[in-house]
Amino acid sequence: MRVLPVGDRALLIEVGTGEEAEALHAELLRRRATGDLAVAEIVPAAGTVLLDGLDDPSLLTGRLASWEVPPVPPRAQDVVEIPVRYDGPDLADVAAHWGVDETEVARIHAAAEFRVAFCGFAPGFGYLTGLPREVPRRATPRTAVPAGSVALAGPYTGVYPRSSPGGWQLIGTTDIVLWDHTRVPAALLAPGTRVRFFPVAAP
Amino acid sequence: MSDRALAVVRAGALTTVQDRGRPGHAHLGVPRSGALDAPAAALVNRLVGNPPDAAVLETTLNGCSVRPRSTVTMAVGGAPCPVTVDGRPVAWGAAVRVPGGALLDIGAARAGVRGYLAVAGGVAVEPVLGSRSTDLLSGLGPPPLTDGTVLPLGRPPGFHARVDVVPHPAPPLELVLRITLGPRHDWFTDAALRTFTTRPYAVSSASNRIGLRTEGPALERSRAGELPSEGMVLGAVQVPPDGRPVVFLADHPTTGGYPVVAVVHPADLPGAAQAAPGTPVRFVAVRHRR
Repeated sequence: MRVLPVGDRALLIEVGTGEEAEALHAELLRRRATGDLAVAEIVPAAGTVLLDGLDDPSLLTGRLASWEVPPVPPRAQDVVEIPVRYDGPDLADVAAHWGVDETEVARIHAAAEFRVAFCGFAPGFGYLTGLPREVPRRATPRTAVPAGSVALAGPYTGVYPRSSPGGWQLIGTTDIVLWDHTRVPAALLAPGTRVRFFPVAAP
Repeated sequence: MSDRALAVVRAGALTTVQDRGRPGHAHLGVPRSGALDAPAAALVNRLVGNPPDAAVLETTLNGCSVRPRSTVTMAVGGAPCPVTVDGRPVAWGAAVRVPGGALLDIGAARAGVRGYLAVAGGVAVEPVLGSRSTDLLSGLGPPPLTDGTVLPLGRPPGFHARVDVVPHPAPPLELVLRITLGPRHDWFTDAALRTFTTRPYAVSSASNRIGLRTEGPALERSRAGELPSEGMVLGAVQVPPDGRPVVFLADHPTTGGYPVVAVVHPADLPGAAQAAPGTPVRFVAVRHRR
């Protein structure tokens, strides 16, 4: 674990792997809930957790060294199930990249169990880990990816909460609403949420 | 709509509703947003007797014009500019009683970039995640104002501030940004770090509420490859592949993959909000952490 100061009010905690970041994130949330940690924002990412809004970062840096971070906690929470029509325009490219046919891409994707490693890019956009294979980003990003697009890039799966530019490989579409600010919670996917995708036929 | 409303007659280049933003949701990818020059927004609220978190209008360079449906107290601050009511000059940086149906015009900024208009009772659009701010990165909150937009107003507070005039800092002729190096200054060569903290930059016209972009010498990286996405703070100085530092402002993305060479002192960010394109910028290291 490496602790990097970020200005005068924040720390970036760097760990080795996504699993360690997940475990550290869970531990930080636990300590905040018990009142042991006073911080405005806890922002997990690929291999780091950012703590923003600290009164005394250097004091916390000292304390962090002595903390036991238990491994990833048991996955007791419910699974969010997302229906997908595997009809994306990049399905053939992903199939070719993996050396399988398009049906197999859908089977591999729907068989995996995912977890929201972190959010970013847009409100409610989760970076989901758990897919056993990777694909590169598209060489040329699209200027508009439709809302509900289920997409792959690197080790991640994501679902576009709203139409936006994007360079991810589009493999399918869902009608589920990822983000609705009038709903509580607004985001369907938050860091730590477990997710499965299941195939549905086109209407 | 009731009489407690404000009609936008001229929306100007970019006028948005802003309050103190929606911090606390960065882990969901929600930017903090909020007034870029937060002290100026707080001052105009104070002049009309509003609490500091009341929603105001934030204008960009050329002001805007509004017509209240009923008589109401307003105050204009931030970037200095001419203010008129039905064509007659009125005070800038002070509370002004505007009769119902009269036109309040905020003219072009004489200096600075962002003007603030507070209305007694505050702009009462529906909050999103606890804030009425327009977030231009993610589209949360009300859209930027257009000609003809009608904004609801809140109830005026029961008392008014007894101050007539409050001191406004002048927009910077040169923007000096105190920085703390890191967390990713080790991604840059020593020569690049010297360049960054000694050479002059200038505010780019591509700057917006997301970031203050700069023109000047490119910062050379000491390593190749990509940084995995990591959390970003307000004031982070991110260096994209073109090597020109970008200072993250209120609508910045919550995570990013370009290395952050330094973080700007929060007290210097309101000045960044008022630095017009072409304004010289200097980054001054106040602490060096390795």
